[in-house]
Amino acid sequence: MERETGTETVKRGLAQMLKGGVIMDVTNAEQARIAEEAGACAVMALERVPADIRAQGGVARMSPPEKILEIMEAVTIPVMAKCRIGHFVEAQVLEALGVDFIDESEVLTPADEEHHIDKHAFKVPFVCGCRNLGEALRRIGEGAAMIRTKGEAGTGNVVEAVRHARAVLGEIRRLTTMAPEELMSYAKEIGAPYALVCEVAKLGRLPVVNFAAGGIATPADAALMMQLGVDGVFVGSGIFKSTDPARRAKAIVEAVTHYNDPAIIAEVSKGLGEAMPGLEIAAIPAEERLAVRGW
Amino acid sequence: MRIGILALQGAFIEHEKMLWQLGVEAVEVRRPEHLDRLDGLIIPGGESTTIGKLAVEYGLLEPIQEMSRAGKAIWGTCAGLILLASGLSGGRGEHKDPPLLGLMDLTVARNAFGRQVDSFETDLVVPALNAVSTPDEAGRPFHAIFIRAPRIESVGPGVEVLAHLEPALSEVEGDGTVVAARQGHLLVTAFHPELTADTRFHRYFLSLVS
Repeated sequence: MERETGTETVKRGLAQMLKGGVIMDVTNAEQARIAEEAGACAVMALERVPADIRAQGGVARMSPPEKILEIMEAVTIPVMAKCRIGHFVEAQVLEALGVDFIDESEVLTPADEEHHIDKHAFKVPFVCGCRNLGEALRRIGEGAAMIRTKGEAGTGNVVEAVRHARAVLGEIRRLTTMAPEELMSYAKEIGAPYALVCEVAKLGRLPVVNFAAGGIATPADAALMMQLGVDGVFVGSGIFKSTDPARRAKAIVEAVTHYNDPAIIAEVSKGLGEAMPGLEIAAIPAEERLAVRGW
Repeated sequence: MRIGILALQGAFIEHEKMLWQLGVEAVEVRRPEHLDRLDGLIIPGGESTTIGKLAVEYGLLEPIQEMSRAGKAIWGTCAGLILLASGLSGGRGEHKDPPLLGLMDLTVARNAFGRQVDSFETDLVVPALNAVSTPDEAGRPFHAIFIRAPRIESVGPGVEVLAHLEPALSEVEGDGTVVAARQGHLLVTAFHPELTADTRFHRYFLSLVS
């Protein structure tokens, strides 16, 4: 019997297998092994973590292939990699390398200020960021198999992740109370495909897995996002910009599994050393904020 | 009937929903005390290294082995299949391999079909499901979803093979790869019935619960 690859079910299915887990940013094989050993359910292969991208400025692009391959070689868990928004050739390269998931990410400098990638054209699944339900459904409409609510990456400040997770989850709750005739004008208002608005109203959740990302630095931050209702978390700079990455990584993994158990969160939060240095969002000039990228 | 679902990481909610649909009470298991008074356990798909590490850290391996010795039914899907196996073939050794419960007499190869772009769906013939099928369902193939899936490389004499994957054109001819098996009260599938709307495998598992 025929084997079908690259289907919507198979793409969304991998995201379902990542649920309840932590996806960690890593920049080399050694960090990837530390992440895997700590219990990460996947790693994101990067050239620089967002905190360094923010500090160094300039154009941030897809990582060099040898970097990604080094990380793929080092671990058996899924490996994700980022391409620039709209840069479908970077995405083609990542697919050719065999990465398991592509993040079309606002953390890199956008290559197209109007269009995102047509993700249906790929066999590899994509994850995309969003700040609200309209943005989430536009990305799903383009073929994203997984969504992450955006935080302000590289800040160690969870406030934007909370804002955007609350926005998406709150809008979904409102949507489930609407009368059928209200759905079309709501779809128009938020700029989302009508069919997906109807689907979310029926399901009471996004039709794909939804993680939180950006600014998560402590086990309590991670558990906070889980209790708000996301399916898992991405941790970027929060691990390898802290003083004891291996221990912090393991603590965040345990806090995500036991997110409803404050005694365990307290226990794993002990003796972790310094978290990454934090940044006030108000201190970041508007043009340097990453979360607003994406359309 | 109370069925536990190991809820350390992965697709455990999908299994819960299937059980609710069948009118069965589902309990999320994260600590050893959650295993008390269960009639059976499902170990779901997810990352086997992550689930394995957390199971060791929170002292769950030994109580699950105890459950099996007591004859309670256990079903592993994908990552759960890996954890139930007695051996890994092509493992990398050292710390990278997940700890195994070693309950079933079979060896398994992780990520045996390649990376995510090689994940696939296909139909399987599973004669054993006829025992729990309605007249409408009888003989229908089971639609199976394989995601970075493992495969069963060898089975011991006490293991009953429930389903083969037909050989792909690129593979040597033969019976095909074993992707579902049973050993008494223990069941494994390399694929994900919980991602479909077909509850036959869940009903088959419940039929093993004494």
